Amino acid sequence: MKKEMTYLESVHKYGRIWGFVIFTLIMLFPLALSFIFQAIPDWAALGKGLISILPMYWAVGLVEVFTYVPMLGAGGAYLSFVTGNIANLKLPCALDAMEKANVKANSEEGEIISTISIAVSSIVTTLIIVVGVILIVPLTPILEADVLNSAFDQMLPALFGGLAVVFISKNVKLAIAPIILMLILFIFVPFLNASTVGIMVPVGVLFTLAVARILYKKGII
Amino acid sequence: MEFNVNSPILFVLVAIIILVVLGQSVFFLVRAIKRAKEIGMDMTVIKKTISSSAVFTIAPAISILVGVIALSKSLGIAIPWMRLSVIGSLSYETIAAGTTLEQVGSSVGTEVTDPSIFITVLWVMTLGIILGLILTPVLTKKIQSGMVKIEQKDKKWGDILSNAMFLGMISAFLGYVFCDVSLVFQGNTKGLIPVAVMFVSAVVMAVLGILSKKLNVRWITDYALPLSLIIGMASSIPITNWLG
Repeated sequence: MKKEMTYLESVHKYGRIWGFVIFTLIMLFPLALSFIFQAIPDWAALGKGLISILPMYWAVGLVEVFTYVPMLGAGGAYLSFVTGNIANLKLPCALDAMEKANVKANSEEGEIISTISIAVSSIVTTLIIVVGVILIVPLTPILEADVLNSAFDQMLPALFGGLAVVFISKNVKLAIAPIILMLILFIFVPFLNASTVGIMVPVGVLFTLAVARILYKKGII
Repeated sequence: MEFNVNSPILFVLVAIIILVVLGQSVFFLVRAIKRAKEIGMDMTVIKKTISSSAVFTIAPAISILVGVIALSKSLGIAIPWMRLSVIGSLSYETIAAGTTLEQVGSSVGTEVTDPSIFITVLWVMTLGIILGLILTPVLTKKIQSGMVKIEQKDKKWGDILSNAMFLGMISAFLGYVFCDVSLVFQGNTKGLIPVAVMFVSAVVMAVLGILSKKLNVRWITDYALPLSLIIGMASSIPITNWLG
């Protein structure tokens, strides 16, 4: 008996196909360049470069999949892990869209809204970068101006300030403990800064889940 | 072929990859909209999702463009264009490129002239970020069905669970905003800049939320996040002058 595929099953099927195609293209690209320019990698530099970055990048990559996939939904995850910039763009965009559409993250409606929001965000990002690359000569002095640089340096605080108001106001009881923990950690542990915030996201998520479980069992939330 | 960091062939190959990635987004967008119609979702909500997501994306996308310009000094325009349109993020790519260039006695500020070094840097950048692209197709289905099972077993806990994950992520970034605050004890107020910017953006968001309820104007809510983002970023200019 042939069963008709549900929407979600088809998302997984096509997500895997697209993922495989893009993976292949990205791996073929450096190989193609070797062929075109008749040059092979500098093996010693390649080895040293990989040894110094792979352990960290792959550890973060592994943790990111488990942290962000449940929040992004299936379609959103397949798109986000191809187009990147998850924490600073795709996920806030999807969260805000689901919140305004008043849909739950794990419902089919949530899946659809999150996919639409992340797809639109990816398309707009790609188009803006294309325009920027075409106009790179006139744009460079403008985008490198000190005034604009200080604004772009503060993008994450400006983004999460607004997002925090929305989510904390709806979950005050649940928000208190993780915020206090993170403030203490970031203020008093010098190792924690802009480049290590990615590692703290899963810590924050696991801690908040534990707090949520306790509060839920006690009937507080 | 003679090598140059801005060789036309690089742009052609990068354009092909970016077109495929764009194709994936369009494909999923069209299918999601079609499905939304099938299950009778309100099309005005879908339209609003599209327009507010597009508006929200503008500022972060420009900041990614700033990253492309920063990396283009050593690697030309084509490679940073691809690396930051497909998976990469500025901090990762800068470290990956910088570390590899150091091995051959160069740095991110100098243009690469040797194709072999260029390809080496590209391999390190590619292999560094490839794990997510391998794991997502393998694990997403399992992780998602796990989430759906929890939701079916206990609906209320399912809702709390996803809210808790969002809050966990947000709290980590709120912590990050305060990471340099302790510099104040050394008389340096620079660490207060992100805190002040976050505060401005939070106030803007709160005021917009109250306004939209009092005046009953929907579009304010639709664009509240991009507005608080832009006003927060703009406020950083006087705030940096004041505290920096």
